[in-house]
Amino acid sequence: MRVPLSWINDYVDIEDISPRDYAAALTMSGSMVERIECRGDNIINVVTGRILKIKRHPDADKLVVCEVDVGGETVQIVTGATNMKEGDCVAVAKDGATLPDKKIKKGMLRGVESFGMMCSEDELGLTKERAEGIMILPPDTPLGVDIRDYLELNENIAEFEITSNRPDCLSVIGLARETAVTFGRGFSVKTPKVTESGGDIKDFISVEVLDPDLCPRYCCRVVKNVRIAPSPAWMKKRLEDSGVRSINNIVDITNYVMLEYGQPMHAFDLKTLEGGKIIVRRAAEGERMTTLDGEKRELDTDTLVIADGRRPVALAGIMGGENSEIQDTTATILFESANFNGISVRASAKKAGLRTESSARFEKGLDINLAPAALDRACELVCELGAGEIVSGVIDVCAPIPQKKEIAFDPDYINKFLGTDIDREFMENALTALEFEVREKSVVVPSFRADIEGGADLAEEIARLYGYNKIPSTLYIGAATLGGKSEKQRAEDLIRDTLTSLGFYEIITYSFVSPKIYDKLNLPKDDYIEIANPLGEEQSIMRTTAIGSALEALAVNYNHRNENVSLFELATTYKKGGEKGLAIEKQEIVIAMYGDDTDYYSIKGAVEQLFESFGINNYDIEPESNNPVFHPGQTAVISLRRKRAAVLGRIHPSVLKNFEINKQAYVAVIDFDLLLECKKLEKKYKPLPKYPAVTRDLALVVPDDVNVRSIEDIVKKVKSDITESFSLFDVYKGKQVEEGFKSVAYSLTFRALDRTLTDDEVNSVMDKILSELKQKLNAKLRL
Amino acid sequence: MKDRLIKIKEQASAALQNITSKQELESFRIEFLGKKGCLTEALRSMGGLSAEERPAIGKLVNDVRSFIEAEIETLSDRLDKEELLKKLEQEKIDITMPGKKRPLGKRHPLTTVLDELTDIFIGMGFTIAEGPEIELDYYNFEALNIPKGHPARDTQDTFYINDSVLLRTQTSPVQIRVMENNKPPIKIIAPGRVYRSDAVDATHSPLFHQIEGLVVDKGITMGDLKGTLDAFCKKLYGESIKTRFRPHHFPFTEPSCELDISCPACNGSGCRVCKDEGWIEILGAGMVHPKVLEICGIDSSVYSGFAFGIGLERTVMRRFGIDDLRLFYENDLRFLRQF
Repeated sequence: MRVPLSWINDYVDIEDISPRDYAAALTMSGSMVERIECRGDNIINVVTGRILKIKRHPDADKLVVCEVDVGGETVQIVTGATNMKEGDCVAVAKDGATLPDKKIKKGMLRGVESFGMMCSEDELGLTKERAEGIMILPPDTPLGVDIRDYLELNENIAEFEITSNRPDCLSVIGLARETAVTFGRGFSVKTPKVTESGGDIKDFISVEVLDPDLCPRYCCRVVKNVRIAPSPAWMKKRLEDSGVRSINNIVDITNYVMLEYGQPMHAFDLKTLEGGKIIVRRAAEGERMTTLDGEKRELDTDTLVIADGRRPVALAGIMGGENSEIQDTTATILFESANFNGISVRASAKKAGLRTESSARFEKGLDINLAPAALDRACELVCELGAGEIVSGVIDVCAPIPQKKEIAFDPDYINKFLGTDIDREFMENALTALEFEVREKSVVVPSFRADIEGGADLAEEIARLYGYNKIPSTLYIGAATLGGKSEKQRAEDLIRDTLTSLGFYEIITYSFVSPKIYDKLNLPKDDYIEIANPLGEEQSIMRTTAIGSALEALAVNYNHRNENVSLFELATTYKKGGEKGLAIEKQEIVIAMYGDDTDYYSIKGAVEQLFESFGINNYDIEPESNNPVFHPGQTAVISLRRKRAAVLGRIHPSVLKNFEINKQAYVAVIDFDLLLECKKLEKKYKPLPKYPAVTRDLALVVPDDVNVRSIEDIVKKVKSDITESFSLFDVYKGKQVEEGFKSVAYSLTFRALDRTLTDDEVNSVMDKILSELKQKLNAKLRL
Repeated sequence: MKDRLIKIKEQASAALQNITSKQELESFRIEFLGKKGCLTEALRSMGGLSAEERPAIGKLVNDVRSFIEAEIETLSDRLDKEELLKKLEQEKIDITMPGKKRPLGKRHPLTTVLDELTDIFIGMGFTIAEGPEIELDYYNFEALNIPKGHPARDTQDTFYINDSVLLRTQTSPVQIRVMENNKPPIKIIAPGRVYRSDAVDATHSPLFHQIEGLVVDKGITMGDLKGTLDAFCKKLYGESIKTRFRPHHFPFTEPSCELDISCPACNGSGCRVCKDEGWIEILGAGMVHPKVLEICGIDSSVYSGFAFGIGLERTVMRRFGIDDLRLFYENDLRFLRQF
């Protein structure tokens, strides 16, 4: 909310307070001042002047040379503007002047000296739109006057951020009250005086409220002999400083009162109200009206309207209708000042996609007592401006006004809650200044403070006036709590530690994706969770797999020509079927990579090392040839406890093409929960061996389709106390190996804990191994 | 004979002067001490000497031998040293050439800073709680004192799955879940993803991260809230940082506040980073609203508590001077490598 400080000053004297101090104090007492703006601050050395002569520029068709009188001094200015004539008064930025967006220095324009600039409205920061040509001032403008004084640009305007619980502060009076309390100064609001000029309102209009639940109060007055005219300068300026466009005296009065009192108002052209009636009712289903913004709207029964005898003439609390708008010829008006149900206004405004200054105030819940006061203030202004005559009488259709709330007031509780030692007197004074009525053990809450409901609310009122920063900081000493991470959170750390030390970068991706991701992955559509109101199709469903996100990250890097890319994500996926209609949220570890030396075994190595870091050394691995995302010959599934723990392999070329990655990419997806379930993190020390090991090489020729895993399984199964380890060191196909076969070479290590092994002992195990391999895999010793 | 030996010694001394390499030294050794060397030959010819002469000549032979051996050793040592020096000289390299790096991955900057924040709170005795991202309207709004039709709902543009299920707009629903399932004392933080239907630009993202904090026990005061968050800020931003608690409004806390720190870039004197304010807002907090405690079945006349919420992205952006939120979710290595 924008408020010129001089308006606040009408209610509480703040002339001696600097704008900076004012902003700081109000911010700390709860009315956040985002900035104080003074339009004149950025305009220096700009004065009024009169163009004496306009000459052609000797060397440029589109420029002219002007002689400008800036008050006893004539300066030469070259300009490209065309909208001025000799004798016009203008705003002249002299040599060395500052404007909001630029500094002005004398210079040469096509060989002719120019000592300044004649300003347009946007150059002075008076409008945001680009102005056509320079600003022409009235012919009687005195010359050489600082433009800030001439245009009254020295007003300090405070921009408040008002929180949704304080609709009372969406008004000059409300903020003046806060100002007064903050600085401990006097504050008073005069009761408006309405000079009635006879007649009876009942002869003009009758009001019927059919839905008092949505409209607890409807007040109105009639003004006759209306003279529609522009508002006086002071009112225009206040409105403009507050960010409201001036229209005419009547519309301006409604806006002025809304800003001052926080009570939205509306003016109807009485002549247009059919049947001399106002009916406040829910719209009929499908009923139509055109609002003041020119939009045709179809209404439904949830929307409250102000209707005349025949049709809606306003969306209650939101916007008036075109059919009852004030015209230049309007002679009689109806001023409406009503109280509408906030929730209903909010819902209707949302449905209409129409949030106005009025609806923004109503939806927060306004004081029911505000309506008649604001109405009288508007009529007082009508008299003051000579804009019309007030017909005697006021119509006030009002549901029973709720009693003011009385809540317990317990200074001890407040001090305990805040951790302070504030005396009762301070509390009483603060609350009284805020217009609470303080009693022995309770306070009566002013009707404009619907947000105050209990002790905690009172504590906040006291605390903000006492000063949050004066509350002593203490460290809570309660029951000692053992802080720390859960097993799952530690496992997440371990995954990050392991994978980053292996050279993988962690990524974080969006949880929502496009439904097209399944096509890109060659997958059938999953039964995913859809967002009802997504930002766009690209982000419209919750992902059921994070592979697509990882491939997208690879694609981003591929596009940016990053050559070797290794990424991982601890990604959440979302599937239907959780409790109470929620999702099953599961984490998966996605590893994705491409690069120069990257192949299937790179991704497999990473998965193995990750498993090892979880103490998992044994697992089943099977080829998977029918996974549409992956290459049929370079993909495996790893199982733990007979459950699918990971899929890993090379991405299918057609999927890569869909993601526009022109490199072989490898991805692994690991089930986080299963990894966690199978982890063996307890570590036990094994004594270091005292006796030497014996190493033997074993070179075999096996049929091509035998995978090394089956060889290793057999080696493992051969009973032996001395086989310590074995490792594959060569696989060879080609010359010297028969077609359809391959050569596989292992290095085996044998050791006993209590003695040095003899050749015989080792040979006997080697023989057993070989014979098993011969028998089960048709392996031959390579000679 | 004696003369011959003296001559050998003189010859050896002279020869040694000209030796410049180990190879020459070895030839020298063979020439004088080898099986066919001149000293050996001299020794052989001792057979022709008388018994009286023998001991004296024998001693002389030995002296000459010892002399030559000692000279060889000294020279050998010297040559070794010279050779080593030469070798070392030859092995000189350009120590400014780039080092050979092992591939190293890194955590995402959001994780790195989150870890730092989490460590601070764990050090203060907090545990880490979690909750679902797809959440019930009840937990995200209603139980937090934001009933349907409440204007505060407008400030959090919400993605809905259906009327009662939504993508959580804040981590605060975790507060409710924790209070429903645990008895005080409660001392948790809950980091996680939250969602708002804001179109993507440099400062908005439909997905971002918050860290929620909640402490509930008997006798918790607003002073405790201040003390805890003061300590947190000092650990995160340094002992010299100043804090300012500014009144604010959240429906689920009362009193509510926002916490500003003195701008680390200008120490509070005003600069571009803090838009000349001297202060930077870093989190929202407040005393848990008694209604919220009651909704969770906690007696608000016995227990009180405080809660706070920190925006992770903004914290990370400030830390590293990042000016575009989108970078966090693009996962470009050129970005990720920097942290």
